[in-house]
Amino acid sequence: MTATKIRPPQGKLARSQAIKEALLAYGLLSPALLLFLVFTVFPVGFGLVISLYNWRTGPNEFIGLDNYTRALKPDSEMWPALGATITYSILSVPIELFLALILAYLLFQKIRGKSFFRVALFLPYVTSTVASAAIWARLYSPDIGIINQSLSIFGIQPLQWLLEDKGILTLLANAIGIKLPGGLTGPSLALVSIVVYTTWVFVGYDMTIFLAGLGNIPGELYEAARIDGAGGWSLFRHITVPLLSPTTFFLSLITIIGTFKAFNHIWVMTQGDNGTTTASILIYRQMYEFQRAGYASALAFLLFTVILVVTIIQNRTAGRQVNY
Amino acid sequence: MVNNATSITRSTTATTLRPGTRWALYTLLIMISIIALVPFAWMLLTSVKDLGDVINLKFWPWPPFGTSTPQWSNYPEAIGLIGTDPDTGMPMFLRQLLNTGFVTACIIVGITVTSVMAAYAFAQLNFPGKSALFILVLATLMIPDDLTLIPRTVMMYKNYLNWYNSYLALTVPFLGSAFGIFLIRQFFLQIPRDLFDAARIDGAGHMRYLVQIMIPLTRPAILTVALFNFIWTWNEFKWAQLVTSDNNMRMISVGLQDFLRGEGGSATHLAMAVSAMVVAPILIVYFFTQKYFTEGITTTGLKG
Repeated sequence: MTATKIRPPQGKLARSQAIKEALLAYGLLSPALLLFLVFTVFPVGFGLVISLYNWRTGPNEFIGLDNYTRALKPDSEMWPALGATITYSILSVPIELFLALILAYLLFQKIRGKSFFRVALFLPYVTSTVASAAIWARLYSPDIGIINQSLSIFGIQPLQWLLEDKGILTLLANAIGIKLPGGLTGPSLALVSIVVYTTWVFVGYDMTIFLAGLGNIPGELYEAARIDGAGGWSLFRHITVPLLSPTTFFLSLITIIGTFKAFNHIWVMTQGDNGTTTASILIYRQMYEFQRAGYASALAFLLFTVILVVTIIQNRTAGRQVNY
Repeated sequence: MVNNATSITRSTTATTLRPGTRWALYTLLIMISIIALVPFAWMLLTSVKDLGDVINLKFWPWPPFGTSTPQWSNYPEAIGLIGTDPDTGMPMFLRQLLNTGFVTACIIVGITVTSVMAAYAFAQLNFPGKSALFILVLATLMIPDDLTLIPRTVMMYKNYLNWYNSYLALTVPFLGSAFGIFLIRQFFLQIPRDLFDAARIDGAGHMRYLVQIMIPLTRPAILTVALFNFIWTWNEFKWAQLVTSDNNMRMISVGLQDFLRGEGGSATHLAMAVSAMVVAPILIVYFFTQKYFTEGITTTGLKG
């Protein structure tokens, strides 16, 4: 029997069927929606209320906007945290995506053992962040770390890595013996070390998405360009990069969001010391160490408003450069 | 024929490499893979060294380069140091491992069930308010976790839900997933509507159609959602540390961090032994299921 369309029933029968279908739909949706309402939507409003109180384990007193004014003071800890978050993001996102793109392009060539390389590079992503951050903290260790040990082969002086609060520009200037103007320090070496770890974790994940994007570029385009005499580099530059731009755009968005909520590995490696207190770390610390729920909540609202604005601006500017 | 045609188009995508380039490529890829894998190797090697060899920076202290013997006893020693669970008398490490397994199982089952149900409603049924509710689900994806973290934590305290230090706090808030609903709905939408009409003629209702036809047809997508949530929950740390304080309610990554801040801080060899035991289960699962990860990333990555 061919699947001819069943004629929709008319009148009363149709009404009762539509009602039945709607009831079934609400029934199926209710568990998920109830969970979202209670644990995602309601907390946004509840968080606003909390932020207006001197809230420790419970509401002590209503203090209006005091938590906000305190967070916005010029010497408040919010500004360095915002700076660290944005620096972390600006450093990690391009490094991570650039490396991932190169790796994806290499793995896209006709070579053997592709799946071995894919599995190996993806491994860090699935590993528990607490465990891998603990491993890296020891690789970086000035006493027992193999990173300093390996660098000493090339005659490089031992560095403090995660324990270093000096900026990388300051360190570089000291090494070659010039003096920089006071304000120019660069991100702390500790933060840069965390960026290296972050790249190690996520490069395989990003590469997998790039590989999928590469697979979607029609082969005929390369063929046509090659007939026109284009070589390896110009194929990459004029076909791969522009046609991959939707993937790159999507990846940069999720990577930026990822860097803004980065927490576990920073907590394990430095606990926010040495210039690594990002927004997430600051909020968490206020709650976990000092039980300042009201202040932490106000910080969360302020920091995420700023971060939302930054993301939207980035989105707008980058979105224009996407070729579809 | 069709297959032949596609394979020809495919093969032109990548250039055939000259032997020199090929070897340079292999060398580069192997070096990068070594960088990716060295931290794991270092963890495993360190976990069976004695502390002296760790401090003296011996990478391979065993024959033929050294005289030490592998210290497998580091593993039981580390487990012993973590202590025992007063409730059950089992090692605390095992207790925390079981906590993690239990919480992970609850969340995987919960998310899969609630997501499949909601995805079916959005993909297959008509009802008033459908698009508004779907937008609500998507909107929850955009609310950052850090924004709701503090109020959610407060909700776990005594005068509210009173779930602090309980499995309820570790599981219930995570039983629904907007990502899961969205992904599974995408796959449900790809199934032709005619199939439903045919099933209706054969007398199947919605529930039977969902269970006997939709779910089997979209198994890879559902498995992907389950696997990603397995990884995320097994590695959960931030929330689990915030809403538990009793050792026997800790999840394994919090237990690991506690150990790292305690005895494991200076005893690197023991810290690595515990890390290896935390990482092992997840790597085993990953090796057997890695194709679903790649497929899952590919499909979510391009549709997200």
